[in-house]
Amino acid sequence: MELKRVVITGVGTVNPLGNSVQEYWENLKKGVSGAGPITHFDASKHVTQFACEVKNFDPLLYIDKKEVRKHDLFTQYAFASTAQAIEDSGLDLEKVDGDRVGVIWGAGIGGLQTFHEEVRAYSEERPRFSPFFIPKMIANIAGGLVSIKYGFRGPNYTTVSACASSTHAIIDAFNMIRMGKADMIVTGGSEAGVNEAGVAGFNSMRALSTRNDDPKTASRPFDKDRDGFVIAEGSAAFILEEYEHAVSRGAKIYAEVAGGGMSGDAFHMTAPDPDGRGASLVMKWALEDAGIKPEDVDYINVHGTSTPLGDIAEPKAIIKTFGDHAYKLSISSTKSMTGHLLGAAGAVEGLASILAIQNSIVPPTINHFTDDPEIDSKLDFTFNKAKEREIKFAISNTFGFGGHNATLVFKKF
Amino acid sequence: MSDVAAKVKAIIVDKLGVDESEVVPEASFTNDLGADSLDTVELIMEFEKEFDLAIPDDEAEKISTVGEAIAHIESAVK
Repeated sequence: MELKRVVITGVGTVNPLGNSVQEYWENLKKGVSGAGPITHFDASKHVTQFACEVKNFDPLLYIDKKEVRKHDLFTQYAFASTAQAIEDSGLDLEKVDGDRVGVIWGAGIGGLQTFHEEVRAYSEERPRFSPFFIPKMIANIAGGLVSIKYGFRGPNYTTVSACASSTHAIIDAFNMIRMGKADMIVTGGSEAGVNEAGVAGFNSMRALSTRNDDPKTASRPFDKDRDGFVIAEGSAAFILEEYEHAVSRGAKIYAEVAGGGMSGDAFHMTAPDPDGRGASLVMKWALEDAGIKPEDVDYINVHGTSTPLGDIAEPKAIIKTFGDHAYKLSISSTKSMTGHLLGAAGAVEGLASILAIQNSIVPPTINHFTDDPEIDSKLDFTFNKAKEREIKFAISNTFGFGGHNATLVFKKF
Repeated sequence: MSDVAAKVKAIIVDKLGVDESEVVPEASFTNDLGADSLDTVELIMEFEKEFDLAIPDDEAEKISTVGEAIAHIESAVK
């Protein structure tokens, strides 16, 4: 079977750096931190009292007033980014064959706040659960609702692999179009975990930074004094489209999806394999899938969460996969700015990678103060300042609890 | 308008996002006010909470209009 080419013809986002793609890119280039004190709930009793929140989000731009309360925040974010991406793609919804358009979404947790509120209400107030409890909370609902809104009757499901969820979704969307199962797929991911259960849950795991006195420098991937990730929320969406289909309707093309890789660590529930075996393997599979050599890659948007262990394993994996070319790569963790969007991380970081390719600019890894002797200092992490560089191929890594690894390869168009 | 009727209407306006003028006694939740089966269950739960009542499922199934809801609650809270 001859595989079809897949291109990106529309993008959208709401995330801690901006509520549009343009605002997001401006802040990525400038090296702005999206962190600040938590406003979504009273965090004064929590170990971590800051996060990267979406700011000034207005769901009414995307959803009817009476619908808002029926949708968890992670679904509202999905409505926002997908609406932007569909508009950006210039797709004529009247003309498109909805049977050939799918929605493959990624969410790591789903309606965590809904779950929390409903269980609390059941325990304290009433002997019943709301009829919206289940459909509002389930992680797959966002993708289902997007398809209902637009009449997209193609393949529809949601991938759940913790912080690799949306990368898996995009890879699946890519493969689905490649195999001719759909002409277009709305893909990406959303997450809304900045709430009591999310923050307290990750705090108990000692996974979050506790730098309450200086939130903006708390996400410091690869820095010696990093102390955990900064939890974030939001969404990014892509319109993936079969190349000939895109050309025939005169669509603008952001970049080509060249390949995807997936692997499992088979090591530990939450800790990464210290040798980076699974992480190295996933990059290898991704390059093979794209039919390119390690030397073809210019930029890696790394998982780099700012956790003590993860930030040691991933550079090792890069060296294992890329050999000497590792030192010629531009590497950055945009989580230093956005924080960690969990299941939506792959989507916002894939978007950062595409924008980097399009603008020939590598966004920085901000908040670098002190080198970590355990991390090879010859690697170029693009610390603190964006860098101009022509990028032909960029890859985006995401790794999830459970040892789920997924890597995307994007190609300049 | 009775106290019960005013409260019932306010709940319907809030939960279904409809205009107060539409909430007339003969209005059907599903046919006139755009509710689906989940909205209807939620309305019943809100009535139970507001009026401190228990409305069993077999009785709830008989409440399909604004007027029926008001009548049921008025007789139950007496």
